[in-house]
Amino acid sequence: MELVLDTITTAYGNTVAVEDVSFTVLPGQVVALIGPNGSGKSTLIKTIATILKPLRGSITIDGLDIARMHPIDLASRIGYVPQQYTYTLYSTVMETVLLGRRPYIKWSVSDEELSRVQRALEAVDMAGSAGRFMDQLSGGERQKVFIARALAQEPALYLFDEPTSALDIRHQLGVMETLRILGTSRGATVIVALHDLNLAYRYADRVVIMDQGRLVAAGKPQDVLTPDCIRSVYGVETVFVTNEHGEFILPVRG
Amino acid sequence: MVQDTRIHSPSAVNTLYRSGGLRRIALLVALAIILIAAVIWAACTGTVEVSVHDTYLVCAHAVLDPLYTALPGLAAMVPVTLPPPSDPQATLIVTGFRLPRILLAVLTGISLAVAGSVMQGLLRNPLVSPFTLGLSSAASFGAAVAIVIGPAVLGTMAPGMGNDAFIILMAFLFGWLSMFLVYMIARSRGMSQSMLILAGVVIGYIFQAGVMGMNYISSSDRLRDIVVWLMGGMWGASWNAVFILTPVCLGCFIILELMAWDLNALSSGDDVAQSIGINVERLRLKGLMVATFASSCCLAFTGIIGFIGLMAPHICRMLIGNDHRYLIPCSALLGASILLISDTVARTILSPVEIPVGIIMYLIGGCFFLFLILRGRGRGLY
Repeated sequence: MELVLDTITTAYGNTVAVEDVSFTVLPGQVVALIGPNGSGKSTLIKTIATILKPLRGSITIDGLDIARMHPIDLASRIGYVPQQYTYTLYSTVMETVLLGRRPYIKWSVSDEELSRVQRALEAVDMAGSAGRFMDQLSGGERQKVFIARALAQEPALYLFDEPTSALDIRHQLGVMETLRILGTSRGATVIVALHDLNLAYRYADRVVIMDQGRLVAAGKPQDVLTPDCIRSVYGVETVFVTNEHGEFILPVRG
Repeated sequence: MVQDTRIHSPSAVNTLYRSGGLRRIALLVALAIILIAAVIWAACTGTVEVSVHDTYLVCAHAVLDPLYTALPGLAAMVPVTLPPPSDPQATLIVTGFRLPRILLAVLTGISLAVAGSVMQGLLRNPLVSPFTLGLSSAASFGAAVAIVIGPAVLGTMAPGMGNDAFIILMAFLFGWLSMFLVYMIARSRGMSQSMLILAGVVIGYIFQAGVMGMNYISSSDRLRDIVVWLMGGMWGASWNAVFILTPVCLGCFIILELMAWDLNALSSGDDVAQSIGINVERLRLKGLMVATFASSCCLAFTGIIGFIGLMAPHICRMLIGNDHRYLIPCSALLGASILLISDTVARTILSPVEIPVGIIMYLIGGCFFLFLILRGRGRGLY
């Protein structure tokens, strides 16, 4: 799915959070959205997910304006995992993931829907916890369940808002591998907001850097994640360390 | 990623879902049987005992006699000859007094419990009920105004209207007014659920002040009327009430049941629900209005009946889980059963004196709720 953002501006009341952002994402690409806190990453993701309405500009997927699409049609194309997740008491893991199939379920649940739920849970290694209650899980496990819900939705465009924030290092890598597979194997387009520059550098095809609501740079990680760019956006000095595993960004001075 | 070593067969989720569904349906059937048993018991029990057989004969005559009169051909095709009840008073007792009261209790229990479960789902807050959103205080205020100024107003403006009908109308109108005000306040502040609940509590207090003011200025006779209405009960039962409430209750139940999947989706938050194709604001407005309509219609006939709207959904969540497709009918059956059993105990325990239904209901429902909490969640039916 090709996603095109054209001069998107989004505001909360009189406060503009995202201003004149334009970029294009090609099918199968994993795009990391990075920037300091308050830079507008979450607002931009919510705008693409049609949770927020832009003041100006347009967003198209495969040439179709999302503002004109039916919500159910949109739900079958765009999957969204928020930064802050909500659940209620007595909800099980299976029920939570099954909600991802909501756009396709009229009333009863078919075996096909349940096998998709099974596959989504297996993809995040939570199949064994299908019957557990959401409040019995750790923060990281809950985050994986919400990722599984988006996977069960099987959209062509995934939007993840800091999906690794509650995870330990091993599970961060696991989730990023899963997102990578979505792009390479399933041909899905993935936009993921991240704080970890090394994860963005390692797993993204493209990086979009935002600061104060504006797009600062967009391109391949090697081209845009430079010490100069990081210094100007984050105010942090970094060095690039290279070893047999690749190149890594090391912050050295704030 | 780390491989999980527990359930890993391809059909594990399928098995889990299907077996849970069967257990839930079994629970609904069990609750339906309990409700039917409670209806039979309530029809037979009272100051004057009526046998189960006589109750059956009265009900059969009540259904078949008008049918045979209206369709003479049917009597010839399906001839059913039933003897009259052995107790000549049975017909009057069962159809004249007990059945309307039983049906009013059932309809009120269904409406309040369903409204409570839907409101809790819509606002993702376990403390929400028709009462925490200010509805009960507003309905009380409407009734109190009608009791205090009713005779004077009706005497000049609507002489043909009975004072009871005026109380019902005012309770109903103010119930709706409260929900409208709560919704508009919350909407003006971005429709956050915390603002909605806060607005409900505040509106409730404002109407509560009005009720207290009415109590303070009313004469002793009127004060007694207000207190009786506030206590709530099935004293106002009549076939008229049943005929009005049956389509309201049924219609609202169907509308809310059809919203079950959307209510399930809302449990993951407004943003997620919106991202899977749900118009959250429209769902919330529609759900709240339908639930308010069902509960305020019943409250208008019964006075304030607390507890059911808050506790029945909680008890059902513990028993049957969070899937509203099962939760809504489960709340309806449990709410109706608790209210009917409580009302029957309340009118028979010190017979012929009748005690307020709330005393029994809080005891039965409260003890059952505590039992479920202490029993633990690991033994749930889903």
